[in-house]
Amino acid sequence: MRSPKRTFQQRKALTGMLFLAPWAFGFIFFFLVPLVNSAVYSFNDLKASDNGYTLTFEGWSNYHQALYVDATFVRKLTTVVGEMVVNVPLIIIFSLFIAVLLNQKFLGRSLARAIFFLPVILASGVMLSINNAGYMQQIMDANLASNNPAGASVNGFLQSIELKNMMMDIGVNESIVNYLTGAVDRIYEIISQSGVQIIIFLAGLQSISPQLYEASRMEGATGYEAFWKITFPMVSPLILTNLVYTIIDSFLNNAVTQQIDTTAFKTLDFGLSSAMAWIYFAIVAVILAISTFVVSRKVFYHD
Amino acid sequence: MTQQTEAAPGAKLSPAEGKNTAADLYRFKQSAINVNKWSKRLWSLVRAVLLIGMSFVILYPILLKVSTSFKTLEDLTNPTVMWIPERFSLENYKLAIDVMGYFSAIRNSFTLSAVTTILQTLSCAMAGYAFAKLPFRGINILFAGVILTILVPPQTILVPSYVNFKSFDLFGLFHLIFGDGINMLDTYWPFVLMAITGNALKSGLFIYIFRQFFRGISKEIEEAAFVDGAGVFKSFISIMLPNAIPAMVTVMLFAFVWQWNDTFFSSNFLPSMNTLTNATLGFPYKVNVMLGATNQVDPFYASMLVDTGLLLSILPLIVMYLFVQRYFVESIDRTGLVG
Repeated sequence: MRSPKRTFQQRKALTGMLFLAPWAFGFIFFFLVPLVNSAVYSFNDLKASDNGYTLTFEGWSNYHQALYVDATFVRKLTTVVGEMVVNVPLIIIFSLFIAVLLNQKFLGRSLARAIFFLPVILASGVMLSINNAGYMQQIMDANLASNNPAGASVNGFLQSIELKNMMMDIGVNESIVNYLTGAVDRIYEIISQSGVQIIIFLAGLQSISPQLYEASRMEGATGYEAFWKITFPMVSPLILTNLVYTIIDSFLNNAVTQQIDTTAFKTLDFGLSSAMAWIYFAIVAVILAISTFVVSRKVFYHD
Repeated sequence: MTQQTEAAPGAKLSPAEGKNTAADLYRFKQSAINVNKWSKRLWSLVRAVLLIGMSFVILYPILLKVSTSFKTLEDLTNPTVMWIPERFSLENYKLAIDVMGYFSAIRNSFTLSAVTTILQTLSCAMAGYAFAKLPFRGINILFAGVILTILVPPQTILVPSYVNFKSFDLFGLFHLIFGDGINMLDTYWPFVLMAITGNALKSGLFIYIFRQFFRGISKEIEEAAFVDGAGVFKSFISIMLPNAIPAMVTVMLFAFVWQWNDTFFSSNFLPSMNTLTNATLGFPYKVNVMLGATNQVDPFYASMLVDTGLLLSILPLIVMYLFVQRYFVESIDRTGLVG
């Protein structure tokens, strides 16, 4: 006799396979096959011809070309990674801070939220690309030099020379001062990159049960203590999520990806482009692995 | 924060006084309330300054572009004109709309984004539901595949995808029938195919969001549906999807916005189609050529035109955002994005 429970399970498994069939199909054809092909290309010289393309095996020469011969690739790569290392902690701390602020009750909260989520919509695509393309930058620099108010870039009006001198006078270590003032100078960049992270933190803050805060207030904890003993541990899994998201996001559109793009479609060196892409991916993967490993050991899980 | 720390000295004093404890206690309470009130006020002032300042930083570039776009060349060089132009003009807009082919670009971009958004939401909802509620042997390996699609930068698979779509083929089938693959570049097909199979732009993230959401829906609901005679498929359509509307709104918004803003896939797979991102990307170059043909390129004038073009390209998104930002802000809370 067949138990209905078991057939239900079986049916569920069958439907599950059915539901996943389109995804699996796409995964193989639009992801896995290109991924493997890309690895193959990176070891070959790809020549496009009338009917498809021909591959000539070249071993590691594309990788050698990217790392030792190409004039700009390594420099761009180190710049991008360096910027990432500097920006990611700032973005996480900033977005947590803003999420805590936006979670409190005050007049005009929904307006403030709407403004802070605006970068999610605006800063992800075209504006970034145009700024990266250097054309605008060029014009803006020229405008800054001539002190034209209409074209002054965002960086122009937020300089922190005063702050820097003040902190140096107090006697703070120079590298720390540079880091902090650098953060102030890049405030627009940081704000515009933390929209999604703020949303994620905000959702996390709202899922913390109010009883915890109530109990801690009864026991005499200050708001400061409540933040470090309740809020921070409770959102720590989300710090991990946001860390991964921020790292991936910062690697999505930058000087390196643009070089990969131009190598493929302007110079038509598909092999070299694939090799660059794989070097890039390897570095992203290593950074992700290290940072998740370090952070996940500190993460607190409530249940 | 200050309530307890400020109160501490008062608490030490009150027993020492001894005599009129009740009055002391009353005074102490009053002062504690006062301190509390003042610290609260101070905090809301600090908070207001912080939030207003940062809102300004976010809005400043947009406001600047809006102001610039209405100016004429004379206003631009006039040092007395800061924000509000003396001679209000729509010349920039006319020129930018003309050069960009704005309306056809909007139509193309909208079709592309709308189609991929709908397909992607459905396919990702199905996949996410399967990952959350319909387990079978080996499903974890497949889910590892989803994570992989999130992690691998799209640049890595760009070239092979390009080659693939340039002469599209399934198992050599089209080569057998037509003698050649199908060239899908400059059509919507690459996007449609990738969206319908849940492998388009950031689909991995959407599948993850749906999976987390469906995991949060209790088992009893689907069992009740089953007892009432609904099959797995029917319960998905008539119970799970209506419940998942917050998650779907979130995913649709993200999908639409990201597709709309995407320069990466659309500039490679649609090289000669006039989508909004392509039009905007090519705009600085076109402005340069146009101005260069007549006289020396004036960088201020060129940047003014480029600003106008950028503003035009984000205008539809801003209009959309005004209408849906309520859902955007609120739906996130209920998506279970947090797991």
